[in-house]
Amino acid sequence: MRAALTTVVLVLIGLILLFMVAEMPTFGEMGPAYNEVAHHYTQCAVDETGATNVISAIILDWRAYDTLGEATVLFAGIAAVLAILAAHGQRKKGR
Amino acid sequence: MQDMVLQTVAKLLIPFIQLYGMYVIFHGHISPGGGFAGGAIVASSYILYALAHDVGAGFKQFPRLVAKWLESLGGLIFLLVGLVGIIRGVQFLTNIPEWLGQVGSIFSAGIIPLLTVAIGMKVCSTIVTLFYNLMEEDHD
Repeated sequence: MRAALTTVVLVLIGLILLFMVAEMPTFGEMGPAYNEVAHHYTQCAVDETGATNVISAIILDWRAYDTLGEATVLFAGIAAVLAILAAHGQRKKGR
Repeated sequence: MQDMVLQTVAKLLIPFIQLYGMYVIFHGHISPGGGFAGGAIVASSYILYALAHDVGAGFKQFPRLVAKWLESLGGLIFLLVGLVGIIRGVQFLTNIPEWLGQVGSIFSAGIIPLLTVAIGMKVCSTIVTLFYNLMEEDHD
């Protein structure tokens, strides 16, 4: 029963992925991700942000909100690790 | 592990590693690198120190209080710099056009160097805290 259910779910996921692959742009074609945003980023970086490092210009100016999310992920990660390790250490001391 | 060769080499190397990390952080907007890479380089110097001596000595150099402050200050600087945009009447985290300065100098690019420094502090503190705590867990 469980094996049959797993197989059905896996086949469904595989079908969804196959449909996605079928919709992908062919090799060499300009897909939907290659639009005017990429041109804007490469051509206006120095004029709009004053940063010659275009990566910095993207992650800390145009997409700074995304980087704030990354910083939040770091904070949540270290908070979780410290919470788990502190609980473990206390149990050890209590023994 | 107490090894004199390792400790001496670490003592010689650590200042240069930290200087290079600071360089990568402060030049984040004009040369390759940035807050994440520079913070990891600075953190690696503290990890090298803890490996050459032991975790207790490492915690003396990078106490938990300092880690806590760096972690929180990094996030707060990021948020405050973002709020400056709202106070000026534009969107959150918008760059400040008057501060763009001359392209290629250290004091240029508006809020980008400030955010780079904030991220560098945060990443350095996170990696060092993670490593020291896991290493301490392994010790006892």
